[in-house]
Amino acid sequence: MTAALAAEGLGKRYGRRWALSDCTLEVPPGRVVGLVGPNGAGKTTLLHLAVGLLRPTAGSIEVLGRPPGDNAGQIGRVGFVAQQTPVYSRLSVADHLRLGGWLNPQWDAEAARRRISQLGLDPDQRAGRLSGGERAQLALTLAIAKRPELLVLDEPVASLDPLARREFLQLLMSTVVEHEVSIVLSSHLVADLERVCDYLVVLASSRVQVAGDVDDLLAAHRRLTGPRRDPAALPADYEVIEESHTNVQSSFIVRYGGPVYDPAWTVEELSLEDVVLAYMSRARSGAGVARRGLSVLR
Amino acid sequence: MVIEFHLNARSGLSPYQQIVQQVRHALRLGLLHEGDQLPTVKDAVERLAINPNTVLKAYKELEHAGLVAARPGVGTFVTKTLSDVSLAAHGPLRQDLRRWLAQARRAGLDDESIEALFQDTFRSSAAEDVA
Amino acid sequence: MIALTWRQFRTQAALAFGLLAAIAVALAVTGPALVHLYDTSVLPCQAQGDCSLVTSAFAGRDHLLQDLGTVLVVVPGLIGLFWGAPLAARELETGTYQLAWTQGVTRKRWLAVKLGLVGLASMAVAGLLSLMVTWWSSPLDRVNTDLFAQFGQRGIVPLGYAAFAFALGVCAGLVLHRTVPAMAVTVAVFVGVRLAVTYWVRPYLFAPLHLIAGLRAPNGNGSGGGGLTPSRPGDWVLSDQVVNAAGRVIGQDGAINLGPGRLGFAFGPAGDGRVALQGVGTCPNRFPALFGAGGGQGPTPAFVRATQECVTRLGLKEVLTYQPTYRYWPLQWYETGIFAGLALILAGFCFWWLRRRYA
Repeated sequence: MTAALAAEGLGKRYGRRWALSDCTLEVPPGRVVGLVGPNGAGKTTLLHLAVGLLRPTAGSIEVLGRPPGDNAGQIGRVGFVAQQTPVYSRLSVADHLRLGGWLNPQWDAEAARRRISQLGLDPDQRAGRLSGGERAQLALTLAIAKRPELLVLDEPVASLDPLARREFLQLLMSTVVEHEVSIVLSSHLVADLERVCDYLVVLASSRVQVAGDVDDLLAAHRRLTGPRRDPAALPADYEVIEESHTNVQSSFIVRYGGPVYDPAWTVEELSLEDVVLAYMSRARSGAGVARRGLSVLR
Repeated sequence: MVIEFHLNARSGLSPYQQIVQQVRHALRLGLLHEGDQLPTVKDAVERLAINPNTVLKAYKELEHAGLVAARPGVGTFVTKTLSDVSLAAHGPLRQDLRRWLAQARRAGLDDESIEALFQDTFRSSAAEDVA
Repeated sequence: MIALTWRQFRTQAALAFGLLAAIAVALAVTGPALVHLYDTSVLPCQAQGDCSLVTSAFAGRDHLLQDLGTVLVVVPGLIGLFWGAPLAARELETGTYQLAWTQGVTRKRWLAVKLGLVGLASMAVAGLLSLMVTWWSSPLDRVNTDLFAQFGQRGIVPLGYAAFAFALGVCAGLVLHRTVPAMAVTVAVFVGVRLAVTYWVRPYLFAPLHLIAGLRAPNGNGSGGGGLTPSRPGDWVLSDQVVNAAGRVIGQDGAINLGPGRLGFAFGPAGDGRVALQGVGTCPNRFPALFGAGGGQGPTPAFVRATQECVTRLGLKEVLTYQPTYRYWPLQWYETGIFAGLALILAGFCFWWLRRRYA
């Protein structure tokens, strides 16, 4: 099965700063993948590399089995919704739909028109006068109507109000039901991702901290609370992601392979947000790059 | 569509667990009868903006529990209600529980300890079942 | 992509071609009158001989000509500014390139169509305008003796200028990816290149011709300019210099050291008749008194004769460097070619930059 997105040691440098480094991923097809991380972590860079807007400085990337390149075939298979959903402000909504038809080899004009009227957008309205939510819906419609195999979205809902956000995600999810499409979606709002994604990639400090199926991630991480203890005292196959201590109590977020039998520990399951935060704070404290062997869960 | 799903972001349960729970509750309360159709994946997803796999997983678990059956191309339909299954066992289970509670109180546990003990054992036994 | 480019460009195109149409109407209305005037006043006069009065009256007539000339000088720059600079810069600046480049056309095609369509429109606008102005001004140009001064406002060079300014604008926009700085750079570089070519390249595209003759000394009035004039009125004089016997340039405008009130002579001690020409050398002959007895207005004729003898014996020559009128059109073609070539190079650079920077 060809991975939707496969990167090997991928890196991108601007001047002296590495916006993304040593990124290795293999995302299975047919999933809704969440790419989460703090601002400046390299999410936009990774997505731009995936759709061919940027060229890698190091390593390689393949999307749907082929490197993203400046050729019409590849561009036709991948749809992209950019951050801030830029549109041509002086063209009308209808013009944008026509634009899709002019530029794309495959274009489902009927579906696009139906969707626009369902959303209640006025086709003659100039795109510059649309609200943020309406612009996002237009951009999404343009990306979906070209019938891509992979849909990439860069923080599409970040600047939307809660209702617009909900409507956007509704449109996105119903697309997944109707067509066989893989989705890669970046966000710094974990709550949205929790509903929508079944595969998660955490990107922080320009590196991949952890990546895997949401179910696997939740099953493999636990919070252990108990009397004060040194992390070295934990079994070897427990990887400590986050730890905090008072003088009598220790609390660890760990990744482990099996159930916890030690009765001294209180074991709690974690929400996805907890897991993500743990990895992000570990990255920030510079406690180390996720070891390659364990970083990808299948 | 007989019932509609809703998600509570603050409930401790994951979305798919909430769906399973809502179907079971509906069955228990008699809102769903044999032969009723559950919301289609498309409708549920459009309403809730959740991953379709979540709905599919919930329906599969319900199917595994023998409560619903999927008819490809048509939808998912209820095959059995819960009321009869659980009601009969309620009486004796309730009595056993009363006896256990009396025992725990005599051993000196207060309400909170009893609840903590119950939650802990409940969860670990559930995990063992799955494993 | 063609449809999209047209949709984005059509308002500006309408504006430009609308203006062009308005100018065309104005010219069409006044043109025949001008030709008629020429036929009735200048032609008959020329057949009869000297008619400098009529000619200058005719040439001094038209303010419209001045304005048109300015328009034609400015239009290529405006094209570079408003059609070239924003072409790529706006998309890069507003982020819409992220939309355009992920919707099914390759980067190369995107740039090629935009460059091609708007570039052709630019050349069409400049070309048509130049055609109209050249046609309308032809009666005036026939009496004009200084054609080369309006070189950039006639013929086919405006087309080359427009192509260059446009390509320059697109390039600046692509590299700087901000519209306003791109506009500034476009104007600065365009003006710089135009000036450089006008003063340092155009005069030497063909080896200039020379007219050489002995220097005529300044006459009694204290002034005296170059005695040489080019053989055809309208030849483009590049320089009028005085050279000494060794060939070194010692004067300009056909004279040496002439300034208001200065004759450039240095006199020896009173009465000894020795004179030196400033910056040249001592005259081998002896000079009589400068002023006549009774203190006249100017130097005596004898003094003037002595000056001429000195100049001749020192071997001073006047050299007139010029381009003849028959080189006007070859120069037009060469200069257009230069600017068109530059435009092509810049266009090629745009593609290279695009590929290097944006995958």
